[in-house]
Amino acid sequence: MRIKLKIWRQESLAKQGRMVDYSLQSVTQDMSFLEMLDMLNGQLIQQKQRPVEFDHDCREGICGQCGVMINGRAHGPLPNTTTCQLHMRTFKDGDTIYIEPFRAAAFPIKCDLKVDRGAFDRIIQAGGYISASTGEAPEANSIPIRHDIAEAAFDAATCIGCGACVATCKNSSAALFTSAKVTQLALLPQGQLEARRRVLHMVNQTDKEGFGHCSNTEACQVECPQQISVLHIARMNWEYNRALLLSE
Amino acid sequence: MLEAKIPDGPLEQKWVHYRSTAKLVSPGNRRKLHVIVVGTGLSGSSLAASLGEMGYQVTCFCFQDTARRAHSVAAQGGVNACKNYKNDGDTVLRMFHDTIKGGDFRSREANVYRLAECSVELIDQAVAQGVPFAREYSGYLSNRSFGGVQVSRTFYARGQTGQQLLLGAYQALMRQVASGRVQLFTRHEMLDLVVIEGKARGIIVRNMDTGAVERHGGHAVVLATGGFGKIYYLSTLAMGCNVSATWRAHKRGAFFANPSWTQIHPTCLPQSGEYQSKLTLMSESLRNDGRIWVPKNKDEKRAAKEIPESERDYYLERRYPSFGNLCPRDVASRAAKERIDAGYGVGPLKNAVYLDFSRAINEQGKEKIAEKYGNLFRMYQKITGLNAYAEPMRISPAAHFSMGGLWVDYELMTNVSGLYAVGEANFADHGANRLGANSLLQASVDGYFIAPYTIPNYLANEIKTGPVDVNQSAFAAAEEAALGKLKRLLGTQGTMPADHFHKTLGRILYDKCGLSRSRAGLEEAIARIRTLRDQFYRELRVPGGPEMNSELEKAGRVADYLEVGELMCYDALTREESCGAHFRVEYQTSDGEALRNDKDFSFTSAWEWAGTGKEPILHKEPLHFDFVTPSVRSYK
Repeated sequence: MRIKLKIWRQESLAKQGRMVDYSLQSVTQDMSFLEMLDMLNGQLIQQKQRPVEFDHDCREGICGQCGVMINGRAHGPLPNTTTCQLHMRTFKDGDTIYIEPFRAAAFPIKCDLKVDRGAFDRIIQAGGYISASTGEAPEANSIPIRHDIAEAAFDAATCIGCGACVATCKNSSAALFTSAKVTQLALLPQGQLEARRRVLHMVNQTDKEGFGHCSNTEACQVECPQQISVLHIARMNWEYNRALLLSE
Repeated sequence: MLEAKIPDGPLEQKWVHYRSTAKLVSPGNRRKLHVIVVGTGLSGSSLAASLGEMGYQVTCFCFQDTARRAHSVAAQGGVNACKNYKNDGDTVLRMFHDTIKGGDFRSREANVYRLAECSVELIDQAVAQGVPFAREYSGYLSNRSFGGVQVSRTFYARGQTGQQLLLGAYQALMRQVASGRVQLFTRHEMLDLVVIEGKARGIIVRNMDTGAVERHGGHAVVLATGGFGKIYYLSTLAMGCNVSATWRAHKRGAFFANPSWTQIHPTCLPQSGEYQSKLTLMSESLRNDGRIWVPKNKDEKRAAKEIPESERDYYLERRYPSFGNLCPRDVASRAAKERIDAGYGVGPLKNAVYLDFSRAINEQGKEKIAEKYGNLFRMYQKITGLNAYAEPMRISPAAHFSMGGLWVDYELMTNVSGLYAVGEANFADHGANRLGANSLLQASVDGYFIAPYTIPNYLANEIKTGPVDVNQSAFAAAEEAALGKLKRLLGTQGTMPADHFHKTLGRILYDKCGLSRSRAGLEEAIARIRTLRDQFYRELRVPGGPEMNSELEKAGRVADYLEVGELMCYDALTREESCGAHFRVEYQTSDGEALRNDKDFSFTSAWEWAGTGKEPILHKEPLHFDFVTPSVRSYK
């Protein structure tokens, strides 16, 4: 396959970025999208040019490190798939592919396609945990949890923190990310004691980081590699309002 | 010289005795003591969080952009614990026995017993943190059985057990970061260890976003930097997994133990082309319901479905009737390689075997199979474009886990005072082969329950030391050496990218120091790796400068791989027996099974760095079996 690429190149946050054209001749269908970028970088190095910086690590869809906008869609044309799990068989010979970083005010660009998603860590630091210090735990089966509740908490817990929800949202809202953790921990009996404090702090931190508000377009759920449901956002709002009304 | 410091007394009393007599640091003194933790996977995160909770000052580093992305995240199948929730006769002693047998009697009894003992508490801790393990309709925790054992002691969270355990540890770590007790530096790689008067006193790191090289001092340094199976290039590991931290500590005096013992995982997706960067793991749990086979006819052209039962060779069921498809990983991988090498492989490159779910789907229904393995079948389809409900998966073995690592004593301290290694970075518990669902266990137990007791035993003597001054000459010298290495990599004006050397090294190791090894092959590999290393420093090209530069990161890792690769071959060469993952073709039974030699090789190989281009020095830690009798491992 021959592929034409238009890739966002930007040396650092302070410098001006622009789209740059490249072309590849011998891309195969079984290649992953990131292996196609490896191929491009191999050629750039031989031509003594600076390779394209992009984030990636596990290449099996679970670490959440990779993620770029491909033809205007977070993680590319397939629904619910990370960039690393996208393969070139999705494209046709002669296609032009536009590749840009995840764009959001709260995700400043570091270099080319790499962005800083440290805001997500700070949202978790604000309360995305159950305070169970090592050694304090009771016997595991002393806390039975109904199967359907455990499964629902799991659905929320599967978030990989890639940021596609933010990148695809017209408001750059992190509501799906924040709500997934709020919901997981609010559903579990272990997480109830801190539920009120947690949701207030996490939502406030999300605002502080400069993410926009959710206006229920549901675009996030279309791109989320883990198929996290927007219903978690509704639950977060309910938990938030309940916490505001009932807190001392 | 090698003192394992195993406490006296009966096996079941050793750990409790240790904990009851180890030195303590009073809460008021803990703030004065500073621990550096490198790596934020399951062992690093859990240790940093636990030490922070206890009141120590902790500085923690990872190369990823957030602590949550460490490769523990990718472990799928589960975590073992002898809770005996299934009432099937599980005990600490039985789990100890399974693990030491699984490791082919090449691990320490005391360590393995402690691993089994602490497994019970780990499940409690994870559940308290909100880790959503699978549950029965009763609301109680569910278990399944996993490769190499006959009880159900594996706790699991769909196919994402590693991710969920890591998130539990990560959240505990974030809580400590918020409290100010742990300082976290993401996107930092360790360049060197600083040793002053025989004690680990700090590290040199590089900020991978800015290129700045920094000094950090502490009273103890813990390496929780994972395994180095990525040395084979094609492996189940993440692209960034590396040996650099442990290797650079090795060059500062820490011994490296059993470096050649790499687990080759039997159920991975086969290579499909030259460009490939990764062989994705399909959870071993698939072997609970999938049957492995190849056609009996080498020249079979029909699709799998059209091959009648009588023309299929279910070779694991044939060779190992009592364990069948559930035999341990080393046995399953070697059996697959044997069939593939003999010409019976399937797929376009004839480099795979079938993993067939048709019987399980007939017996249990498609829905039940989808509930158990749905995410794995989806992943398979995304990567290969094939539907595993309709045709068998094609799988093949791939490099996966490093049983070897830094040599540590019972306290998880290396032979350098104050330098610890936890999780996959050490060599301690798995012997010559790791059992499925024991890696998450070991990483967690080291981080939550072992190092938090053993590190204070050392720190208790450091209370009067005062803050470590990073302006000492040893820090300056280590920083200068690290900068020199970076400069050398940037200054080599060749034409080849670092990946080229990594791929070449990987092929050498896979062929000569992979599933099977021989004297001639290993000697050839050593010579070829030396030549490749010379080429690397002549022909490497790293574009750009010392600032953010992925190619510079890669080149640094490959430079270390080119050294540890040679050590792996020496290690495999000197071990003239077959045990666990280490299969020397010269030492096998008439029916092709591993031939262990307890008389001459019942020891841990701990290697000392002798300098570039010099033969490494072998130290032996004898293994004592006072509580079990090493037997021939049979899964027949």
